[in-house]
Amino acid sequence: MIMKYEVVIGLETHVELNTKSKIFCSCGGHSAAGDPNTCVCPACSGMPGMLPVTNKKVVELAVMAGLLLNCEISKYTTFDKKNYYYPDLPCAYQITQLNHPICTNGCVPIKTSEGEREIHIKQIHMEEDAGKLVHIGKFTNVDFNRTSVPLIEIVSQPDFRSAEEVLVYLNKLKSMFRASGISECEEGAMRCDVNISVRPEGSEELGVRSEIKNMASFEAIERAIRYEAQRHIDAIEFETEELVQETRRFDDATGKTFAMRDKETEADYRYFPDANLMPIIIDDEWLNEIKANMPKAIDEKEEMYREAGISEKEIEMLISNHNVSVLLDEAVSKGCDAKNTAAWILTDCAGILRKNGKLLSDLEISSDDLVSIIEMVDSGDVNRQSGRKILTAVLEEGVDPVAYCKENGLDSKADESVIEGVIGKVLAENTRALEDFKGGKEKAKQALFGACMRELKGTANTDVIRELLDKKLENL
Amino acid sequence: MSEYVVEINGKGDIAVDDMILVKDVEAKAGSRMLEGFKPLFTAEAVKRLEEKGYVISGKTNVGEFCLDLVGEFSYYSPAEGALKGAAASLVAEKKVKAALGVDMNGTPRRAAALSGVDFLKPTYGTVSRYGIISCAASGEQVGVYAGDVNGIKEVMDIISGHDEKDGTSLKDDTYDYSTDADVKGKKIAIVKELFEIADDETKSKVAAFAEKLKAAGVIVEEISCDFFENANTAWQILMTAETCNNVSRYDGVKYGHRASEYKNIDELYVNSRTEGFNFLTKAVILYGSDMLSKNRYEECYGKALKVRRVISERFEELMKDYDAILTPVCSKSSYEAYDIKEAFEKVFKESIFTATANLIGVPALVSGGVQLMGKAFGESTLLSLAGSTEKEGK
Repeated sequence: MIMKYEVVIGLETHVELNTKSKIFCSCGGHSAAGDPNTCVCPACSGMPGMLPVTNKKVVELAVMAGLLLNCEISKYTTFDKKNYYYPDLPCAYQITQLNHPICTNGCVPIKTSEGEREIHIKQIHMEEDAGKLVHIGKFTNVDFNRTSVPLIEIVSQPDFRSAEEVLVYLNKLKSMFRASGISECEEGAMRCDVNISVRPEGSEELGVRSEIKNMASFEAIERAIRYEAQRHIDAIEFETEELVQETRRFDDATGKTFAMRDKETEADYRYFPDANLMPIIIDDEWLNEIKANMPKAIDEKEEMYREAGISEKEIEMLISNHNVSVLLDEAVSKGCDAKNTAAWILTDCAGILRKNGKLLSDLEISSDDLVSIIEMVDSGDVNRQSGRKILTAVLEEGVDPVAYCKENGLDSKADESVIEGVIGKVLAENTRALEDFKGGKEKAKQALFGACMRELKGTANTDVIRELLDKKLENL
Repeated sequence: MSEYVVEINGKGDIAVDDMILVKDVEAKAGSRMLEGFKPLFTAEAVKRLEEKGYVISGKTNVGEFCLDLVGEFSYYSPAEGALKGAAASLVAEKKVKAALGVDMNGTPRRAAALSGVDFLKPTYGTVSRYGIISCAASGEQVGVYAGDVNGIKEVMDIISGHDEKDGTSLKDDTYDYSTDADVKGKKIAIVKELFEIADDETKSKVAAFAEKLKAAGVIVEEISCDFFENANTAWQILMTAETCNNVSRYDGVKYGHRASEYKNIDELYVNSRTEGFNFLTKAVILYGSDMLSKNRYEECYGKALKVRRVISERFEELMKDYDAILTPVCSKSSYEAYDIKEAFEKVFKESIFTATANLIGVPALVSGGVQLMGKAFGESTLLSLAGSTEKEGK
């Protein structure tokens, strides 16, 4: 009998908050970029004498995130210090929340091909980011621009059963957070630790757990989950190795996970309350104020799609796939019709992706490329079938749509001479049909048209063929 | 022992101990670890004095991170002769009008008692901690040395009050310190348990102070109160844990001392810190880090936090019956030189007189070589009580 296995996954998702300043000082906050160490002050570079003062906006955005994820909002919340030495951590401790996190007990409904499920949220806590190490030759340099950039960490219960569910959840968080201004969620601003174990289907007991640390792309998360689940199944099924609870990293190049050194994993972080920061009291008045200021962006977006005539099912797909709704919005802002564009994305793009074993969340096409394909078809330069051919090439090979169209003779307008040539050839070869037409048989025209289409292999615009054919026949 | 670390202006009014930052003036906290560190800003308390026209005369030496008895273990001047503390000595010699010091474990109070000057550790949260080299954030406070209570009032009126740059600074902005409130009929208590462990000379200082108070119409009673030892143990746990955490930023990476020999980042940390910290700081780091370790946290740090709450309540109870507590500050009226390897135990033991005020944040005033402790925001009572004895003395 073949044993069936169930994958059990919990996520810790770090999201960079979209604030003007850092979490405990007035240095520039979100995407504190620029030249190394240009966005630092004595506080976020760990000099003595500076004291942290909590950025109110961070608390408000964390509360908003909690509300979106249906959490209980703590009335009393405190910061703790987490101790470890690393050169990118200037104070040798990170300010985070252990004992009294700002939000607890939430839940996120998700919809996948398997149906609807609820992912429970254990807690959301606020914390500061660390800096970056930059290796140049044999030297290592420290850049503190990112230290103390505000983060929230969303800790889920082990409720996920597949990589697909994880991606749907992450995309949902992403679109909610972007729409409500909590985070830009761009590459690197959303990082995940994945806890994963495998057990025989039907078993209540959890298997041995691996934690895969710090992955910044959804693609990596998906690949890591698939690899790790298979590694666990092989270990159980074929006894390829003995599973131990450990922290691992995912190597993007090999597509494999590997165990981190013990030294990195078995640290005692000696958490304790941060005496420099007084407990934060979130009373009803403040909570209501935050609620009142929450953008209704998602609802508004849904309404906008509805008004454009997009179906409910399509709206659902758009909202749960952040990248896709952004693509649609961009295309619309560049002059495309919303309903038509939605069809291109959700039918054509999705179909091509499916053929390649990919999900809609994997869709990668610039709005410029998509817009240029839609425009080519709408203007009649290219027929729908050719449009889809171009789209396939763009998605599969990453070609430039206009150049591809030209190179493959799909551009009917530019090649009227080609069509005229074909018409001439068809008329010369189908003398009988031509005679019939001359004799007054309208049907014969359709036969000639069909022959032209066959000759052109469906690449040209049918209206143009018909027009040119009519012209030719009239002038006989 | 009264040497400057840095002289800014020899003719100034105020000395600042080297736990407090003055922009561009090297700040070393008595430690090799901070060698060469020049702060980019001035501490709030100092800034407020400068804005009122006071001139800072210089930075005074301290023992490494103020962890010792009175300043005997600075990297920059080895212990010699009488141990009285640099800032306190300057005030005693009338070279400055007043001085600022950080009271984290009673060091400035002991120095003031041994030098014969006054020192006030105010209620926690009344003076900004912005710009002090922080060790034990939950109980340290900037205090004032002066020749008498009026000198303390003069400085406290300026440096106290809310500072938004310090999250622990209290919102209250109106501290009105008085030194001459009527003390007649006030009740103070001498704590038997603390009185009895002091030497005869110290005992006689306490007795003499009590006599002066009685002469001013104050009622003096002797009471038994058993929580001081537990308060000290709790504070040493919290203080060492917080200090261990706060000095962990001195890692040789960013500023201060860096070892010349290292092969990798771990060696850079270990060698720099091994060379940069003295024996006492290392002992505090080890002790404090043990208090926070996963296996010990609940029984040590967690328990100390609970003890803090209980003692705070018990002290409040006590202050319903008394206006102040009178205790010794040190067990002796002078300290002799000793080996740094004994320092951890010695300071621990000696802090029994001072730790309660740090633990629960209440004010403590040293005057006439003794200590008066009061309830939170009770500074005026303490200053007036001591003031009455100082008037008598004139």
